[in-house]
Amino acid sequence: MEIVLALAIGIMGGSGVYLLLRPRTFQVIIGLSLLAYAVNLFIFSMGRLNLGRAPVIVPSFGSNPAFYADPLPQALVLTAIVIGFATTALFLVVLLASRGLTGTDHVDGREPEQE
Amino acid sequence: MTLLLIILLPFAGSLCAAFLPSNARNAEAWLAGLVALASTLLTASLYPQVSDGGVVRASLPWAPELGLSFSLRLDGFAWLFAMLVAAMGTLVVVYARYYMSPADPVPRFFSFFLAFMGAMLGVVLSGNLIQMTMFWELTSLASFMLIAYWHHRVDARRGARMALTVTAAGGLSLLGGVLLLGHMAGSYDLDIVLDSAAVIRSHPWYPAVLGLIAFGALTKSAQFPFHFWLPHAMAAPTPVSAYLHSATMVKAGVFLLARLWPVLSGTDAWFWIVGGAGLCSLVIGAYLAMFQEDMKGVLAYSTISHLGLITLLLGMNTQLALVAAVFHIVNHAAFKASLFMAAGIVDHETGTRNLKRLSGLYRAMPITATLAFVAAASMAGVPLLNGFLSKEMFFSETVFLQRPDVQRIGLPLAATVAGMFSVAYSLRFIAEVFLGPQATDLPRAPHEPTRWMLLPSALLVLMCLLVGVFPAHTVGPFLKTATTAILGADAPAYSLAMWHGFNLPVLMSFSALAGGILLHVLLRRHPGIRAPLFGRFDGKRAFDLAQTGIMSGSERALRALSSRRLQTQLLLVVGVAVVGALYPALTAGWSWGTRPVLPPHPAFVLMWVIGAACAVAAAWQAKHHRFAALILSGGAGLATSLTFVWFSAPDLALTQLTVEVVTAVLILLGLRWLPRRDERFRLGERVPLSTRVRRARDTLIATAAGLGLAGLAYAILTRPPTDGISPFFVERALPDGGGLNVVNVILVDFRGFDTFGEITVLGIVALTVYALLRRFRPAPESVALPRQQSEQDGADGDSEERLPDPAALLPDGYLMLPAVIVRLLLPLATLVSLFFLLRGHNAPGGGFVGGLVLATAVILQYIVGGTVWVESRLRIHPQYWIALGLLGAGTAGGGAWLAGEPFLSSRSWHGELPLLGEIHLSTVLLFDLGVYMLVVGATVLMLVALAHQSLRSHHRKAMLARGGFV
Repeated sequence: MEIVLALAIGIMGGSGVYLLLRPRTFQVIIGLSLLAYAVNLFIFSMGRLNLGRAPVIVPSFGSNPAFYADPLPQALVLTAIVIGFATTALFLVVLLASRGLTGTDHVDGREPEQE
Repeated sequence: MTLLLIILLPFAGSLCAAFLPSNARNAEAWLAGLVALASTLLTASLYPQVSDGGVVRASLPWAPELGLSFSLRLDGFAWLFAMLVAAMGTLVVVYARYYMSPADPVPRFFSFFLAFMGAMLGVVLSGNLIQMTMFWELTSLASFMLIAYWHHRVDARRGARMALTVTAAGGLSLLGGVLLLGHMAGSYDLDIVLDSAAVIRSHPWYPAVLGLIAFGALTKSAQFPFHFWLPHAMAAPTPVSAYLHSATMVKAGVFLLARLWPVLSGTDAWFWIVGGAGLCSLVIGAYLAMFQEDMKGVLAYSTISHLGLITLLLGMNTQLALVAAVFHIVNHAAFKASLFMAAGIVDHETGTRNLKRLSGLYRAMPITATLAFVAAASMAGVPLLNGFLSKEMFFSETVFLQRPDVQRIGLPLAATVAGMFSVAYSLRFIAEVFLGPQATDLPRAPHEPTRWMLLPSALLVLMCLLVGVFPAHTVGPFLKTATTAILGADAPAYSLAMWHGFNLPVLMSFSALAGGILLHVLLRRHPGIRAPLFGRFDGKRAFDLAQTGIMSGSERALRALSSRRLQTQLLLVVGVAVVGALYPALTAGWSWGTRPVLPPHPAFVLMWVIGAACAVAAAWQAKHHRFAALILSGGAGLATSLTFVWFSAPDLALTQLTVEVVTAVLILLGLRWLPRRDERFRLGERVPLSTRVRRARDTLIATAAGLGLAGLAYAILTRPPTDGISPFFVERALPDGGGLNVVNVILVDFRGFDTFGEITVLGIVALTVYALLRRFRPAPESVALPRQQSEQDGADGDSEERLPDPAALLPDGYLMLPAVIVRLLLPLATLVSLFFLLRGHNAPGGGFVGGLVLATAVILQYIVGGTVWVESRLRIHPQYWIALGLLGAGTAGGGAWLAGEPFLSSRSWHGELPLLGEIHLSTVLLFDLGVYMLVVGATVLMLVALAHQSLRSHHRKAMLARGGFV
């Protein structure tokens, strides 16, 4: 499982980086969301992969941490997901405004001389 | 308390002054005058407490953990200086009332004037070195604002900028010096620093500290070679020149040198740096003053020279010289401020300050002239006046200073020559302006100013006379108190008297007088002569050259090291990240861990084969097939949220899923405003080679980044987990947080403050999106209805430009059945979202998920029903939801204050209720309710604002006709 998840993180991260370096704003926004998936999974996996652990305290089990999924990376990633949505929205609106102002969807706000 | 009041009053006055109407000259003057007078009287009332060597202290805790407090400290020396600042401030306010013209906006003047006074008092009274540096910089800022008071004048702006650059650079250096000094002494407290003289002088950092502090003091006091800013600061209104640039602010440098004299002086380095700068300024300033054309120019260079005299005295390393320096600080303030006032009066009454044009004003303004005579005589060092006394002390110090060979003779000689220059320029100042034939071509016919304008000057001149004749009975005790405060109990005996008998210093005084008169006569024969030797040396030109050099250099560096192109910048960022991550792997080695891995599950592998294919395909298609890329990236997101389910993170899976939906809708709404696909590529045009090369390069970089991420993830996943803080949360969630869902307890209880910050950011982003869209102007070609929509509208043969009918029972169009279902869905979705919210503390769910579910339900109404139809029935005010959510969360957190606990401490109640049974109530639920409302508001606001853009352009008129809002 570990190798599958690591490869998944790598492929999504790599695709995201490729899109980040592209010239069109839409490519960059998709790139950012792919990169965000990769990074969220990466942070989440810092709690290591364990199957069949309880996510919520079961009083009859007691509170031995070994029975439960690691809550800390989850809390971190949960906020990251929501903030990621907010930045995507902000970026989308900025790119729309930039497109309206400059007439192009190039990331620099103007078409390069030759492409 | 009195101490605190002395500083607070001017700042409070400054705030009040800023809000008075711009023509309230009298109100402003009364306010400023009363504030200054009150500060003066308060300071005076403290004299009995310091006169016997006592120290008054006041302190407010500021950051006690760091050993910092806002502390004030008044000893005899600080008292003398504070008195000087406050009393001089009072006099200058009276003068300024009559100097400022009715057209000048006085609130700005008096506001900055009082702010300066507060800052200067802060410098003087600070008991903490860092705090003193802060006030020091405040005086530089106030000086900047006051020099640039007439900001329509280019010389005022340039002068202000130059003064700020030089003095603020000095302030920065001073901060460095003070930090080192505090480190050496073990505290920034002035008392402790002053007690650590031996440690500091023998410390290896001593030269660095001396250099940094001396740079700060010398720039502030306009000492050679940093003196050039002061003449350019004369563009300020004359009251400012009189107050800041002769009496007080420029004295901050010498104040500091005297303040730290007990710990820093006594070494050869001190002698050469401080004494050397002082001697150069003394001679060069006096020399240049002789050749100035502007009355204020003469006074500015003379100020440099006199400050040089004080600096030189401080640099001499003898206690008697220190006494003379303190004495001259007071004397110089008195006669120079009164001369500045005279220059201002002349300027005010005649319209010019040019020595060439002015002449014979004695007849028109005899009182002004008499006052100026006396003050100038004091400046020249004529007997019976205060300037003579301190200058004589200075001469005698130069004579008796124990230095080897050349310095033994050179110093008295240089002092006498400077004295000669000083006599010459004083004489010229008087002779050109007041004596000689009466000038006829002046811009205004001169006459005596109003009595109130003369009063401050007259008081100062009276002081010059009284101190000059009866020094021991007027200034004597105060001087003794001040010097004892610096030197301690072993202060030397000295005698203050008008006449000490005929000795070498007196001889030097008289030869300076005679030489000065001779020099004046010689110079009169060659009118229009420019300063020989120094004509080419120009500090201003050097400053300008340095400034342009730095500017163009940094521009060039920016061009060489950076790029305007985002792609290049991102390439650098990614490159640095890859190399930075690779470096430790290469140097420290790379290995996989030994933790046993889980066997791969076929379904999981299949899921990620699809997920990874989606990600790669999205990257491949994002340029020309945006919709496909969006759906594909959603596929990768789905795989991500299923992974969360797989590894026991239901909260994350829920959030990811709902965010996925909302993001997809958001980007879909945005797609419409992006340009069409480039036609060239559809026609099969070949991609240029340069583009293909770049894509290949980026593919390589992306592959490297991806492999690095995968390798890093695998290397960590195969190592055993470290002991983090997670067990704490698992163990304490139930006993401390009262919840079973640990993730939710962390978010709303343990780390509630983080969540509070996060929802604030979310609210800000939503409002920013809304604000940006209000100004949104789409590109012209995107304004028309998209092809798909117009074809759809036209499919039933109806008109293409039809408008939705808000009164219809169901939304018009092709989605009638979904419309019914979606309407039924709304209450159900609301119920589900509340369910998630309420159970969040004990089971997967919570405010974030609940809020997103409700927002999705609302957005569905819009998607299916259309904006106009939905808003005719359902009005959501997302801004209110954001505000209420933030307020609710804040109130839930602040409620803990009522119980005397810190912000966001949770309170809960657990018990039985009739009918409802066992129940658990907690303020945490209120907090989560705030999160819920804010998430609903922010999400809906962003999406609806974007959706409204389609309405704005072509439906605007129709909407207005129906009275709807756009």
